[in-house]
Amino acid sequence: RSTSGAEPESARARGAGAERGERREGERAAGIRCVAYNNQSNRLAVSRTDGTVEVYNLSANYFQEKFFPGHESRATEALCWAEGQRLFSAGLNGEIMEYDLQALNIKYAVDVFGGPIWSMAVSPSGSQLLVGCEDGSVKLFQITPDKIQFERNFDRQKSRILSLSWHPSGTHVAAGSIDYISVFDVKSGSAIHKMIVDRQHMGVSKRKCIVWGVAFLSDGTVISVDSAGKVQFWDSATGTLVKSHLIANADVQSIAVAEQEDSFVVGTAEGTVFHFQLVPVTSNSSEKQWVRTKPFQHHTHDVRTVAHSPTALISGGTDTHLVIRPLMEKVEVKNYDAALRKITFPHRRLISCSKKRQLLLFQFAHHLELWRLGSTVATGKNGDTLPLSKNADHLLHLKTKGPENIICSCISLCGSWIAYSTVSRFFLYRLNYEHDNISLKRVSKMPPFLRCALQILFSEDSTKLFVASNQGALHIVQLSGGSFKHLHAFQPQSGTVEAMCLLAVSSDGNWLAASGTSAGVHVYNVKQLKLHCTVPAYNFPVTAMAIAPNTNNLVIAHSDQQVFEYSIPDKQYTDWSRTVQKQGFHHLWLQRDTPITHISFHPKRPMHILLHDAYMFCIIDKSLPLPNDKTLLYNPFPPTNESDVVRRRTAHAFKISKIYKPLLFMDLLDERTLVAVERPLDDIIAQLPPPIKKKKFGT
Amino acid sequence: MVSDQKPLGSWSVKQGQIITCPAVCNFQTREYIVVHDNKVLRIWNNEDVNLDKVFKATLSAEVYRILSVQGTEPLVLFKEGAVRGLEALLADPQQKIETVISDEEVIKWTKFFIVFRHPVLIFITEKHGNYFAYVQMFNSRILTKYTLLLGQDENSVIESFTASVDRKFISLMSLSSDGCIYETLIPIRPTDPEKNQTLVRSLLLKAVVSGNTRNGVALTALDQDHIAVLGSPQAASKECLSVWNIKFQTLQTSKELPQGTSGQLWYYGENLFMLHGKSLTVIPYKCEVSSLAGALGKLKHGQDPGTHVMPRFVNWETPQGCGLGFQNSEQSRRILRRRKIEVSLQPEVPPSKQLLSTIMEDSEKHIEVEVRKFLALKQTPDFHTVIGDTVTGLLERCKAEPSFYPRNCLMQLIQTHVLSYSLCPDLMEIALIKKDVQLLQLCLQQFPDIPESVTCACLKIFLSIGDDSLQETDVSMESVFDYSNSVHDEKMEEQTEILQNGFSPEEDKCSNCDQELNKKPQDETKESTSCPVVPKRAALLNAILHSAYSETFLLPHLKDIPAQHITLFLKYLYFLYLKCSENATMTLPGIHPPTLNQIMDWICLLLDANFTVVVMMPEAKRLLINLYKLVKSQISVYSELNKIEVSFRELQKLNQEKNNRGLYSIEVLELF
Repeated sequence: RSTSGAEPESARARGAGAERGERREGERAAGIRCVAYNNQSNRLAVSRTDGTVEVYNLSANYFQEKFFPGHESRATEALCWAEGQRLFSAGLNGEIMEYDLQALNIKYAVDVFGGPIWSMAVSPSGSQLLVGCEDGSVKLFQITPDKIQFERNFDRQKSRILSLSWHPSGTHVAAGSIDYISVFDVKSGSAIHKMIVDRQHMGVSKRKCIVWGVAFLSDGTVISVDSAGKVQFWDSATGTLVKSHLIANADVQSIAVAEQEDSFVVGTAEGTVFHFQLVPVTSNSSEKQWVRTKPFQHHTHDVRTVAHSPTALISGGTDTHLVIRPLMEKVEVKNYDAALRKITFPHRRLISCSKKRQLLLFQFAHHLELWRLGSTVATGKNGDTLPLSKNADHLLHLKTKGPENIICSCISLCGSWIAYSTVSRFFLYRLNYEHDNISLKRVSKMPPFLRCALQILFSEDSTKLFVASNQGALHIVQLSGGSFKHLHAFQPQSGTVEAMCLLAVSSDGNWLAASGTSAGVHVYNVKQLKLHCTVPAYNFPVTAMAIAPNTNNLVIAHSDQQVFEYSIPDKQYTDWSRTVQKQGFHHLWLQRDTPITHISFHPKRPMHILLHDAYMFCIIDKSLPLPNDKTLLYNPFPPTNESDVVRRRTAHAFKISKIYKPLLFMDLLDERTLVAVERPLDDIIAQLPPPIKKKKFGT
Repeated sequence: MVSDQKPLGSWSVKQGQIITCPAVCNFQTREYIVVHDNKVLRIWNNEDVNLDKVFKATLSAEVYRILSVQGTEPLVLFKEGAVRGLEALLADPQQKIETVISDEEVIKWTKFFIVFRHPVLIFITEKHGNYFAYVQMFNSRILTKYTLLLGQDENSVIESFTASVDRKFISLMSLSSDGCIYETLIPIRPTDPEKNQTLVRSLLLKAVVSGNTRNGVALTALDQDHIAVLGSPQAASKECLSVWNIKFQTLQTSKELPQGTSGQLWYYGENLFMLHGKSLTVIPYKCEVSSLAGALGKLKHGQDPGTHVMPRFVNWETPQGCGLGFQNSEQSRRILRRRKIEVSLQPEVPPSKQLLSTIMEDSEKHIEVEVRKFLALKQTPDFHTVIGDTVTGLLERCKAEPSFYPRNCLMQLIQTHVLSYSLCPDLMEIALIKKDVQLLQLCLQQFPDIPESVTCACLKIFLSIGDDSLQETDVSMESVFDYSNSVHDEKMEEQTEILQNGFSPEEDKCSNCDQELNKKPQDETKESTSCPVVPKRAALLNAILHSAYSETFLLPHLKDIPAQHITLFLKYLYFLYLKCSENATMTLPGIHPPTLNQIMDWICLLLDANFTVVVMMPEAKRLLINLYKLVKSQISVYSELNKIEVSFRELQKLNQEKNNRGLYSIEVLELF
């Protein structure tokens, strides 16, 4: 044994679970269908093929701060922001939905009676909504302060409307259909031009040419992208084709134009994203033309959607990655925004763990899986993989009823309770273990206020259940035997309905910390059932938090990679936290691009904080000096054979390991065991439909 | 073509009425104006459906044209030469219209300009073969009459007019029946409006269209330097639209119009509109800034030597020792200024000046010494320009004195790496005349911008030059490996070589074409394994293989090479291909050998250009069969590779599945 202490074994559950994708279930990873960028709030809304809608805050290091769970029958085909940062989606179920970004639920859904909706666009003023339907109708809605109001139909077209774009003045609309593009006059609703798109594809006439995307520029140019691989420029005044670029052998599926109309981006089914820019014909000339400038290949599959922020090209597609490619000429300082970002994994925790029974609960879109970890009798040295005496067991497969996705789930520390919630129902199960058999009993008669939970947490002794509801209230439920009793509800402060997304409870069960998406962290006294204090507000959203045993220090990680330690009894930041803030974190620590999703503590080592993001885990040893920008941040765990002097000289508070990645979950099971859940990218890719085949040899 | 576009609007007059003047748009009111039956004016806009019900005004005189340009009110030009503004005319449609031109004088053509924000109208009349130009200024209400003198060719008829305007003159261009374009400059501000003045025209372009075509001739000015001409260039040929650069007297581009035209041509908003057959054809055409380089595109030799402008050699590179980028312009300006001073003041003769003066008179030997001296000095700030000037000077002297050919000098200058083809096109021309293969090889290696025609001319010489004359030359053999070395091992290696490339005659199903081959297997082996050309020629041909080209421009020139030379070259390429396939990496030995892609591309190019000729040659038959099999084997190799790729992917999948079984593991990890 080394002088420095124990060596935790790590049980490594390779890819045993993740939110999306498990081959046994045939549950495919949900690809990205739409992205919508909001310039005012610098937020990006992303919808997936399973109906999930996520909201990323680009100002807060691209943190996924909100999400709306998916629904089997709600495939979103269009997503857009309207005035006042209101988010709308429309999909193949024929409904337009508005999302409540405060309470994190769906405000309302309106059936437009036009069959499946393929496209939607908000007017430049942000007050009108236009949808294109399967039956060829284009319907105009007025956005009222609390709902939307049908106004009228445009001239009905003969086939589905796949894309829509408003002229920046709001007077005309271009609509892409099959084989043609229509230009509508908004005032009269009549089609004033019909521009026929050539079906020819590389000299071969295809059956149909689908106009996947259109963009209307203020000079009257309409840009279209279609299934024959073309990007075409049309003059909407005369209805004539001006220019055509053949850019792909496969469909060009998406287009987005910069607000200044000096650049646009298209995505193809081959996974390529092309950047087009309006550049002067010769230097110093005022005459400009559109030139295809840069191709990017960050995707393996169809790029279903693109967006253009002032400084970056954003693309997403079937391969589930959200790629944010900064335009270097627009980025002024080399900082966080200058790096290419590829967001693949959710920024929340989908796995919970029962330390006492060594169980892991995996949350999927439509089911939960309970696994018992394996064991070994062998010992070994650092880096060894030990032979298993007992393999991991798949104990339970709990499938949800109904079409709704699971929002959150939790297993109690003792392993006898499992709770999960969908948008409309809350489920609580009691588990009984008899030798190798387990039996499951659902606790019936849930009270009506426990309908939709955003976060569930059990107290460490499993006697209390904490539920954050989407109405902003925090419920405390007493569990005993097979029954439960509602103890108290902390109501949100008057006037706010902000939903709480993260919960943490102290190990003595006295303190409960709750955090929303933007407001600060509130700490409640569970014994006295009252608000104890509020942690000073910070600009960046909280990504993870936990309360240390014994000291009751609350450790909070923010999306800008700052970590704070706040003493709950003293109602102030700890000295260590103040020192860290004074000295600042190492620049490489601040440049990491995935948020910390889980924080835990070692019961015997009060100076240690364990935290992890998707690509590393870290042990912060508060007793050691902090690294400054000159020291090496990622020094691998020092080898034991080095002398103490060397170890002390090179050691600093951050011990980082990148052995396990992509890391979805990591926690200490006991003093000597660490459990880590990896989700290899290859497994996700392997479950996707095959990409368009390109010949490698011979052309 | 806009035939597949639907019109935005269409109106028609009643039966019996005839439109006598093209409709125009009044840009100020967004209305259309047309005249029918010579005197009836109609004005309407987009909302009107029936032309019969729109505004009508009957005038007292016959209208020739209504003219409208953006930014001013339309003008009405009467057949008798009077001009009225539209508003003034509509105020009193029946007003008396005076007669301006004489009896039997007929208006032929008219145009309306805005000069310095003042409208100017010009119209041309004809009377008994004499032409008159009238210029009407509207700010001063002055009408000036000019008589156009046709010059020496008195009996030619003017077919078409066009005009462009600059600050002081209206440049009137006319296309005469002799096929030439003439220019007449008409001053905008007349010197003496009272007097009848005469104008002389000057020849602008010769024989643009054939003299004896009668229909479909038209011209229009595109900008100061470009005109578009519609007509047949030669008597027998099809009608053509051609754009000429008048500054450099060159044909910029041309397009054949096989279905015939009607002699009407408009240029509006960077689009050329013309009737082609039964449809209206629109060709977008944008005049680039007229530059010599752009003009050199076509009809280079038709250029008038007088207008030939030699570009100055500009030193683009930052002189050494110069720091940051933004200083460059200043620096170069300083250099320019210094050069100017050198020219004007000549304080003392710098080495470069001395060199240039040497070139003009001294002997070859002396020049060589001087050049060597200068090169030893090396990077003076104006190094590039001096080298350029030196080469130009040398070449000029070469052309003037046929016996003068400073070969060593030229070789040295090329090796400075600062020359390119476009800087001294004469260099390769002279080398081609002298059949100096060594110099040509050097040029091919050094110049990045050799035109395809010149590359092809080099190829011709390389293929046709006799072996004995090659022996005397001293070409660089860098790219040639001594292929004869490996011949000894050939028999043993042959089989593997073929298999590696998927080339296995046994498998070949094309047994018919094989028969002939199998008769003399011994022969074939010999043929394919010994190099068909001497090493020196191989080195020259390799230089061709390395040169850059564009297929489109190269193909037509390749057709001019004699068939036996083509076969020789193909044999050589085939030989190189076999050599290539001897090793697994598919490369040739040597320092700078041709790559497999270059070899394959050239085989394809040669066959594309000359297939019909080569296929008829009995001696090329075996070669063609070999090449056919080569292609076939390549295809099968690629299909095999694709198959292997699929198999590998399956293996990878299996491998993944195997890994998946180890989903769970317990590892020891030392943390504290």
